[in-house]
Amino acid sequence: MASYSTNEFKGGLKVMLDGDPCSIVENEFVKPGKGQAFNRVRLRNLKTGRVWERTFRSGESLEGADVMDRDMEYLYNDGEFFHFMEPESFEQHQADAATVGDAAKWLKEQDVCVVTLYNGAPLAVTPPNHVILEITDTDPGVRGDTAQGGTKPATLVTGAVVKVPLFLEIGDTIKVDTRSAEYLGRAKED
Amino acid sequence: MSEISVWRPTAPLENLRRRAALLADIRRFFAERQVLEMEVPILSRRATSDPHIDSITADCSGAPAYMATSPEFGLKRLVAAGIGDCYYLGKAFRNGEAGGRHNPEFTMLEWYRMGWDDHRLMIEVGELLSWLLKIARVRSYSYRALFLQQLGVDPHRAAFAELKAVVSRVLELSFEPAGRDECLDLLMSHYIEPNMGEGITLVYDFPATQAALARVEEDELGVPVARRFEAYVGGMELANGYWELTDAAEQQRRFVSDHGYREDNGKPVYPFEERLVQALESGLPECAGVALGVDRLLMLACGAGRIEEVIAFPVDRA
Repeated sequence: MASYSTNEFKGGLKVMLDGDPCSIVENEFVKPGKGQAFNRVRLRNLKTGRVWERTFRSGESLEGADVMDRDMEYLYNDGEFFHFMEPESFEQHQADAATVGDAAKWLKEQDVCVVTLYNGAPLAVTPPNHVILEITDTDPGVRGDTAQGGTKPATLVTGAVVKVPLFLEIGDTIKVDTRSAEYLGRAKED
Repeated sequence: MSEISVWRPTAPLENLRRRAALLADIRRFFAERQVLEMEVPILSRRATSDPHIDSITADCSGAPAYMATSPEFGLKRLVAAGIGDCYYLGKAFRNGEAGGRHNPEFTMLEWYRMGWDDHRLMIEVGELLSWLLKIARVRSYSYRALFLQQLGVDPHRAAFAELKAVVSRVLELSFEPAGRDECLDLLMSHYIEPNMGEGITLVYDFPATQAALARVEEDELGVPVARRFEAYVGGMELANGYWELTDAAEQQRRFVSDHGYREDNGKPVYPFEERLVQALESGLPECAGVALGVDRLLMLACGAGRIEEVIAFPVDRA
């Protein structure tokens, strides 16, 4: 695997740090007037999701990490593993609950999400930014309150809970932003 | 940045108009004070010996030439020749310096005042900055006072182990600091600068080991310090000034020692400016000089967060 010098660090580059694969979030060149140059780098540990802030000497390098992002279709959960499939090769991968993490509450069968592979095995799962899901539980709808006003919690078919406007009811289908768990609007049912 | 419009400037045109006005204001400031604008070579057969600044090498008429990392050698030779108060406003070049506040090609303002020391020049830097940026608040601290206030450590007297302990308390590093100066650079750039606060801040009396081309004298506690200062606005470093070294032998010694440092650290070694040493031998008037980053000044004037917002064509598009 290639190694990368601090001046090649840019957002999204995958490198190894302290034995863990990390994704570079931000790299800032820092140089005091007459002093030596450093790079202040923020990296996301892809195993734990934690963000690290580290200072390097400019010109230092890190090993690249064998990490790849692949679009995959979510197939099903067998109770122990989540199963994904690469759409072109039909190659299947299984990931445990720890790997899928928070993404689990947005995963609907046949939706396409991004599976991050590390040394060929799933390391993390990123759901689509927007998903369309059915409400399976919420307080009864309040008629006539369609524009503004309050919100109420609604449980979706995948188990996620989001805040929705008061007029929505069980059985309605809505569009949600998975990054913020924000209700975006009603979705038309096909 | 979108690939389809790489011919375009990265800076909004409004900021570029602001640049023109800023350059005009700077020239007006010096014209009113009878400081002369000078041009010096930006392509030279000699390079900087600064341990932490790398030159960009060019090929000129079959021999190596170097893009000036600052106009100081040319200006000081003019000062030694008797030109008097003078300034340079133009380009300077530093290899490998690119980031949110750095571009390898940048605009520098550097000026010299005859008979002044660093403290007198600090006042003028404060005046220029408050006038250009409309900031009334100017504060000054010694380097020691800042470290004591923010980190509880005396930067001139603390042992290496003590400085290392402070560094590991406030920063996560991927390496072991190699010496006192590296610790001080880390603390200054990563901790003190970001916490410097609003307004204009002038910092003086740097560690003697970071003297560059400034005189070293004892401070009020009898500690040798470099008579060097830096100016910051809102935590952004803008200017670096010296009460200039006039001792030719000491200048020669520093050039040689810088060369040694560069060799020991595997950095390129360039021919140093022995004609500056000759100029000092012939007698450099007592003077103070300061260099100021104009692109950063413009960032402050425009409220820009990154240098490409004030440079039409940064190195990626140049």
